[in-house]
Amino acid sequence: MNAEVRPIRTAAETGLIDAFERARSAQAGGEAARAIREEAFSGVVARGLPNRRVEEWKYTDLRALMREAQPIAEGATEADVSAARSLLPLQEVDALRLVFVNGAFAELLSAIDAPQGVTITPFAHALQSDARAALTLAGAPQGDAAVALNTAFVTSGVTITVAAGTKVARPIHIANVQTGPGHAAYGRVLVTIGEGAEATLIESFSGDSGGHQVNSTVGLTLGDDSKATLIKLQDEGFGTLHLATLAATLGARAELKTVALTAGAAASRQQIYLGFKGAKATADLTGAGFAGARRHLDTTLVVEHDAVGCTSRETFKTALDGEARSVFQGKIVVRPGAQKTDGKMMAKALLLSEGAEADAKPELEIFADDVVCGHGATVGALDDELLFYLMSRGLPKVEAEALLVQAFVGEVLESIEIEPLREALVARSERWLVARD
Amino acid sequence: MPAVQETVARVREIDVDQYKYGFVTDIESDRAEQGLSEDTVRFISAKKGEPEWMLEWRLDAYRRWRTMTEPNWARVDYPPIPYEELYYYSAPKGTAGPKTLDDVDPELLKTYAKLGIPLVEQELLAGVQERRVAVDAVFDSVSVATTFQKELRQAGVIFCPISEAIREHPELVKKYLGSVVPASDNFFATLNSAVFSDGSFVYIPKGVRCPMELSTYFRINERNTGQFERTLIIADEGSYVSYLEGCTAPMRDENQLHAAVVELVALDDAEIKYSTVQNWYPGDADGKGGIYNFVTKRGDCRGKNAKISWTQVETGSAITWKYPSCILRGDNSRGEFYSIAISNGRQQVDSGTKMIHLGKNTTSKIISKGISAGRSQNTYRGLVSAHRKATNARNFTNCDSLLIGEECGAHTVPYLEAKTSTAVFEHEATTSKISDDQKFYCQQRGLSEEEAVALIVNGFVKDVLQQLPMEFAVEAQKLISISLEGSVG
Repeated sequence: MNAEVRPIRTAAETGLIDAFERARSAQAGGEAARAIREEAFSGVVARGLPNRRVEEWKYTDLRALMREAQPIAEGATEADVSAARSLLPLQEVDALRLVFVNGAFAELLSAIDAPQGVTITPFAHALQSDARAALTLAGAPQGDAAVALNTAFVTSGVTITVAAGTKVARPIHIANVQTGPGHAAYGRVLVTIGEGAEATLIESFSGDSGGHQVNSTVGLTLGDDSKATLIKLQDEGFGTLHLATLAATLGARAELKTVALTAGAAASRQQIYLGFKGAKATADLTGAGFAGARRHLDTTLVVEHDAVGCTSRETFKTALDGEARSVFQGKIVVRPGAQKTDGKMMAKALLLSEGAEADAKPELEIFADDVVCGHGATVGALDDELLFYLMSRGLPKVEAEALLVQAFVGEVLESIEIEPLREALVARSERWLVARD
Repeated sequence: MPAVQETVARVREIDVDQYKYGFVTDIESDRAEQGLSEDTVRFISAKKGEPEWMLEWRLDAYRRWRTMTEPNWARVDYPPIPYEELYYYSAPKGTAGPKTLDDVDPELLKTYAKLGIPLVEQELLAGVQERRVAVDAVFDSVSVATTFQKELRQAGVIFCPISEAIREHPELVKKYLGSVVPASDNFFATLNSAVFSDGSFVYIPKGVRCPMELSTYFRINERNTGQFERTLIIADEGSYVSYLEGCTAPMRDENQLHAAVVELVALDDAEIKYSTVQNWYPGDADGKGGIYNFVTKRGDCRGKNAKISWTQVETGSAITWKYPSCILRGDNSRGEFYSIAISNGRQQVDSGTKMIHLGKNTTSKIISKGISAGRSQNTYRGLVSAHRKATNARNFTNCDSLLIGEECGAHTVPYLEAKTSTAVFEHEATTSKISDDQKFYCQQRGLSEEEAVALIVNGFVKDVLQQLPMEFAVEAQKLISISLEGSVG
């Protein structure tokens, strides 16, 4: 009785099959790329879009969230680019800027005077030179639906290499802007930070209210003794479905810090797969998220300790209003032999309205004995007493709530070192606290 | 440090084969035909002299089971179970309903005496100070003796084998059986519904505080048999009962299946305290033999202010797959789960609980302590959920794991689902080994390394041990030391 019942294909699944059929002949990368794409896509077709019965997607039913498959974006017209200008966030931050409008690189909006030691090339080049390396998102499960769909469709993106010992002072900002009627955009950013090098990356996602489907993947490789900071602002329009995957591998003594602010999209899911490959590396993954109305916000991460003496910290906070729903799935894996691992994961959800929902699944999977690992998760409303205290000092309820929520997520955003960037993200969160959308 | 010394001494006493309950009782038994078919179900039902409705219920479950697939989501790994080669019913000959204890086969009485379970009331009564415990002894597929029935009857308490309850109290059984764990619940529960043979039935009437602890002792003896017991406990309004469960099995090279179902129903203001010391044969150090313990346990706080508390000490079984749960349906009801799960050798444990908050102002507390040693895998898997209407639901969860040795694994898989903003859930989990500092501190105070570890482990599980009834707590403490023998140092 083990025969798997093949459910009837949904409109989105049929749409994806059609889209792949149309896209594949034109995709760059030659025969090798085609084979990898075929394999990735056929896996998705065989399994269908993930749903409640797929453990990793238990709380984010992609089959239900994705009603239809939008057509693949066909680049950006001049009108699109000029529309994108006003939708481009973080312009006040001094940075190298790579702007992608509807998946296509928009030179007009970009500033790419790469300093010594930094090489920036289009993803298409990587596809041409080594399709297998470009299309295998190292460290991520290749069969995961979001990753596999990206592998099947991705043609645009960028490859960034920071040479060994190079310390890049200005942050590199990769901006993705969606505009126009609903479309699907797939992007891939591959970053290699050489031995002893240092760099800061900023990723932003924004767009108009069209029903876009954005699927982004970032592959990040940190060499020994290197240092990277990755800051992400997800501020998509409220009609967008946003799927993002970050796969990072850390060499010995490498340091990675990530900060994410999730404020947009109808439904979003950030996946993080982090692997420690060298001893004594540290990772600090943090995130703050806001959602109101009926929006859906998912953070799923797997941190794999496969080396001795590594430290990881995961701190994720979300505030929910309306009938919004947040999902946190976090897993710390300690492989046999990864002794002296120190892992701590914390997920907190704040429910500001009666109808909000928070689901959390913090997991530990430990195969080594000399470790200190812990996780905590809390779900709850704002403390009545704190609220009362502030209101007794004359603050209206909404402001009192805003103040407390600001303090709640403050821990995450305050750690951003670049001042204008921090201020921009704090300002964005303040805007949410007024609109609660 | 008398307690510690005692446990260490106790560990020493035990020879290499630590499992002291591993003997076989040589007794003739009656078995069903090998394999599983509708006829087997009919055979079991006929053996028990069951009414037609019960047989139909079983057959329904059997047909449904045939359409189901075995769950594979748990972190356990075992070869396919040959369901068609098992014996689904085995009973010691000549015990088809002994009227008094005098009718019980002396060989069986000896078995239970050896296990430390007295089935003879007189001896118990002689010791005036001693706390009395009523025992239902289940041997393979049948209940062989139930003590103190008369005294319990005076209090209005019904405590008897479930097969007797089906005949004598059909109205209660019909009303409650399958109302907490439906026959279609899951693969193993459905199998149990089809072929369950015996187990205990408890009914505590309104306002009665059960005059003594009730207890069931399960023993698997026969080769190649599965044990499928079914326990149903109903605490009517305002009543209280404390129930203990213990289990052992002989040492055999092949694996044996134990798929039980336990249902608890607590009505308004009632309280049920259910304690388990599970000590099935865990298999040898290489993982050969041992019991597959696939159990569905669930309590339903059906009334207002009801309370159900699960306490478990899991030291045995090759594989443990069990999630004693509470459905907090009544307003202000409370669920508790205290667990110590110890795995050594090649044991695999995937255990935890579910707290399902449905009523208003419901509270729950989960304290889980996992200790893994040797090459074992120990997983805590739990769910805490609050329904949209479960205003002011509260949960506190703490699961700690202790690792002893380099080859074992400890895992934590909690699910938290809050659908109301008034819910407050707190979850914390830690995994660590016994720190050298702690050990050093004890040792420089004059304890040996073994004593130090025993002391630290006892401290680690103290929160849970405190929840056990006295006699059980002492026994459990010893059991923990024995289970960890060979892993220390």
